[in-house]
Amino acid sequence: MFSLFLEQLLNGLQSGVMLFLMASGLTLVFGVMGLINLAHGSLYMVGAFACAAVAAWTGSFWLGLVASLMAAAIAGALVEMLIIRRLYNRDHLDQVLATFALILIFSEGTRWIFGSFPLFLSVPDFLTGTVILPGGSQYPIFRLAIIVAGLLVAAGLFLLIGKTRLGIRIRAGEADRGMIAALGVDIDRLYTIVFALGAALAGLAGAFVGTTQSVQVGMGEPVLILAFVVIVIGGIGSIKGALVGSLLVGFTDTMGRFLLPHAFATFLDPSSATAIGSALASMLIYIVMALVLFLRPSGLFGATS
Amino acid sequence: MTMNREFLINTILAFALVAVPLIALGMDEPFIITLATKVAIFAMAGVGLNLVLGYGGLVSFGHAAFFGIGGYAAGILASHALNYEPIMESPFLIEGTTQMIVIWIVALIASALIALVIGAITLRTSGVYFIMITLAFAQMIYYFAISWPAYGGEDGLSIYVRNGFPGINTLDPISFFALCAVMLAITMVFSAVLIRSRFGLALQGARQNPQRMTAVGIAPFRIRLVAFVISAMITALAGALYADLNRFVSPTMLSWHMSGEIMVFVILGGVGRLFGPLAGAALYIILEHLLGGVWEFWQLPLGVLLLLVVLFARGGLVGVLAGERKHV
Repeated sequence: MFSLFLEQLLNGLQSGVMLFLMASGLTLVFGVMGLINLAHGSLYMVGAFACAAVAAWTGSFWLGLVASLMAAAIAGALVEMLIIRRLYNRDHLDQVLATFALILIFSEGTRWIFGSFPLFLSVPDFLTGTVILPGGSQYPIFRLAIIVAGLLVAAGLFLLIGKTRLGIRIRAGEADRGMIAALGVDIDRLYTIVFALGAALAGLAGAFVGTTQSVQVGMGEPVLILAFVVIVIGGIGSIKGALVGSLLVGFTDTMGRFLLPHAFATFLDPSSATAIGSALASMLIYIVMALVLFLRPSGLFGATS
Repeated sequence: MTMNREFLINTILAFALVAVPLIALGMDEPFIITLATKVAIFAMAGVGLNLVLGYGGLVSFGHAAFFGIGGYAAGILASHALNYEPIMESPFLIEGTTQMIVIWIVALIASALIALVIGAITLRTSGVYFIMITLAFAQMIYYFAISWPAYGGEDGLSIYVRNGFPGINTLDPISFFALCAVMLAITMVFSAVLIRSRFGLALQGARQNPQRMTAVGIAPFRIRLVAFVISAMITALAGALYADLNRFVSPTMLSWHMSGEIMVFVILGGVGRLFGPLAGAALYIILEHLLGGVWEFWQLPLGVLLLLVVLFARGGLVGVLAGERKHV
């Protein structure tokens, strides 16, 4: 039981870290450009497909990983320059609708190119084994590697935002776009870079998650909605909020699915305990979100309006 | 002048909705009658959303929740009635039903209660938070429907015989179309009356200037909550009809794609226009049918078209044809 618990904790951490890669881009784009981007899940899908295709073609997972970053960043930059740029001054309704249209285009385009059957990514050889967790159960090394990689990328992002010139510009852009444009920063280029950066992070998450699940059209949508829950909980625009929210959602979701059926089994018969427990577990993060919003309508780290 | 043009367009739309299925009936094309029924039902879901989205300025991205609740009301009540299993026996007996009127009342009450809870939480927020939270609540209900095994879970629930309405053979396509069209007309008239009422003016005032509304002594929150509940009820009614049209209900009706589609009907037709949802739903179904007949990947051109409408044709179909919306 203990080792199973530990395993679930690690799964929760993994899902939280992957969610952060998604949510950070989403929250940056909203914070800097004021844009709500539903197509962020499509960029995640683009990353996963690019990784799967290139890995199958070259036989190298690492080249696939590079491809996922490149493809998602390029797709993001192109979409920003062609379409998203026209939406910054529009209201949220137009943004929702235009990015919903982008999802249709991306999903159907991917289905057209790759077909409806899921692709599978195989893990590089030296990461295929398992490790023994304290308590005796086995845990795939690759999942641990994803957690470490995700944490490293998250740390890198915090350094980028906190310590570099680009990070200063991004934060300045969040605070006052008019002012930094007046100070001579090329605001159009900054926006394209921020969007491409968020897209690359999403693409990377897609490639990572694609190795543990299948790569298929529509894979980005459940993650996108979880990422929305994350940034709503954390406060829209806040990277720190995205980190806290991601971990909260990752752990709540994983542990709820694991523990709730057990908890109900203590006073109900097994089949209805499983039914009620899993139904409640699937709603748990939304209940947490409702609670957070009830107490703090603009999220944990959001600017109070 | 533009008012007259919009009136003309509305008349043509209403006329077409009635004429097309009648011609199809004469040509013995029941499939086209079914398409027209689908247009009427989707338009009705859009009429519900338009109330909060168009007039209230509240971008609800979770109306599939209410559409699905209406659908499940029909599915659950019918399945209990057809299997002769009471819904509950103690403390008092509640049985399923195949009577649409009872189903509608249940759909209206259930959606009103859930909308009251969701609205009370979501309307505390605004802007992008409101969009995401309405979406999240709809997802919550979606995942609940998927993981709750009693009513089919992910596989959905079949309604073996379409539910009945007194005096009408609902299995006859044109009769069922007539029923849906009359219901659509009723919700549209109701919506038009509501918008011109004191309440409707307050709702639009709350969109345009909430501070001023507060200053004159009208709390925007309460007005919006009532509008949200009414809007959910109309969409749920459409959902109940949709389940009966397909004789099937599944979590797809609750999915966020459905929320997006209902929104697309409203926007494609024209936000805040009485006939906007009808125009949008008709255009959507026609495009789906035409493009889908030509190319398997019809959603690709649909996405491009939708993108072009958002970027370049603001005001939707009715807006492009009839010009700027007149200010109330």
